[in-house]
Amino acid sequence: MDEGLRSELSKQGIFTTTLEDLYNWGRKNSVWPLQFGLACCAIEMIATSMARYDLARFGAEVFRPSPRQADLMIVAGTVTKKMAPQVVRLYNQMPEPKYVIAMGACAISGGPFKQGYNVLKGIDRYLPVDVHIPGCPPRPEALLHAFMTLQQKIQDQRLDGPLRPRHLDPEGASEFLVPKFGARDLEPPSNPKVWRPPAPARTE
Amino acid sequence: METLEQIKGRIEAAISGVHLDILANESPSGQRSLIVDTAHAVRVGEFLRNDPQLRLDYASNVTGIDWPELVTKEKVKVKRTVEGVEKEFEEAVEKRRGGYLEAVYHLYSMERKEGPVIVRMRTENRTDKAHLPSLTPIWRSCEFQEREIYDLYGVVFDGHPDLRRILMWDGFQDYPMRRDYVEPDDYEYEPTAHDKVLEKARKHAAGGKP
Repeated sequence: MDEGLRSELSKQGIFTTTLEDLYNWGRKNSVWPLQFGLACCAIEMIATSMARYDLARFGAEVFRPSPRQADLMIVAGTVTKKMAPQVVRLYNQMPEPKYVIAMGACAISGGPFKQGYNVLKGIDRYLPVDVHIPGCPPRPEALLHAFMTLQQKIQDQRLDGPLRPRHLDPEGASEFLVPKFGARDLEPPSNPKVWRPPAPARTE
Repeated sequence: METLEQIKGRIEAAISGVHLDILANESPSGQRSLIVDTAHAVRVGEFLRNDPQLRLDYASNVTGIDWPELVTKEKVKVKRTVEGVEKEFEEAVEKRRGGYLEAVYHLYSMERKEGPVIVRMRTENRTDKAHLPSLTPIWRSCEFQEREIYDLYGVVFDGHPDLRRILMWDGFQDYPMRRDYVEPDDYEYEPTAHDKVLEKARKHAAGGKP
């Protein structure tokens, strides 16, 4: 429908919408996160959900203790290599449509532990991350901003066509590879379907 | 609190055949420690905990140290007679100290509000004889910390009730806190690589070979 006509109609008291908009509007305002924290970022996530910052204003206050009931995984904290398979398994157990926010320096890159031997250099090696938040830890406002970015992303999703999201694509993946514990590192060290190493590194 | 010399003397009087050394500490803290031989360590531990003048009932911290093999060169003056004249020569002598692993226990007394007394134990070497007696039966708080030393340094604590890896997974093969640990080549782009990270970057660019 023409945008001008729609605005004219709304002035006359007639509200028009599309099924797509209505569907996405409903979805974006009832995103239930998984109750799941890994490190100090989880404390900020808890603060975001409490009265002062009040994530409930965005319809996301219902932290679900079971992945079967959750729509959003907030990876809040350091993902060690020992924990990574469990994180991916939890994600696999969530029903579609599902989203991931990688919260904090550790979850997006390994943070201060990037050069260490036991921390994953970003959960995006195994999971399709929708929103990355930098910070150590990010303030609750940053998490709210990430959440609003995710809402915008959900609002903009198409129900059909080539740009439709993964969960509406019959060939889209719903489960992702769970890494195995190897003798010295995780096997494989990253999921090539989700992530590829950055361009050749500059050494000088 | 008694001095370390007094404690050492009383232990030697109480336990026959025990071998103790006092390790000096040149740093500002001057915190010296007692090196206990592994054969008598459990009995020394029991003495330190039960002795009424010490009552060291709390092991606050247990940590590991890796001492790799060390080769030092020392100059030694040697007298030799050359052509009938005695002269002094300087000769370089290589000294080789075998590698070993160490566990350090910090002991406090809750009852007497005193401490710490620091006790060390050393393994024979870093490979096949990396065994130490576990002090968990004496101080329960050592349990997880000895497991951590086993996990990260590879010290096997004999007599430990539940010796498993604690931070790394069970199938992990290396001991990451050892000096000669080689981590998997998982280097990724770093915008401001310097020092050790730059070394890593160069190694990675060369295909993971040093």
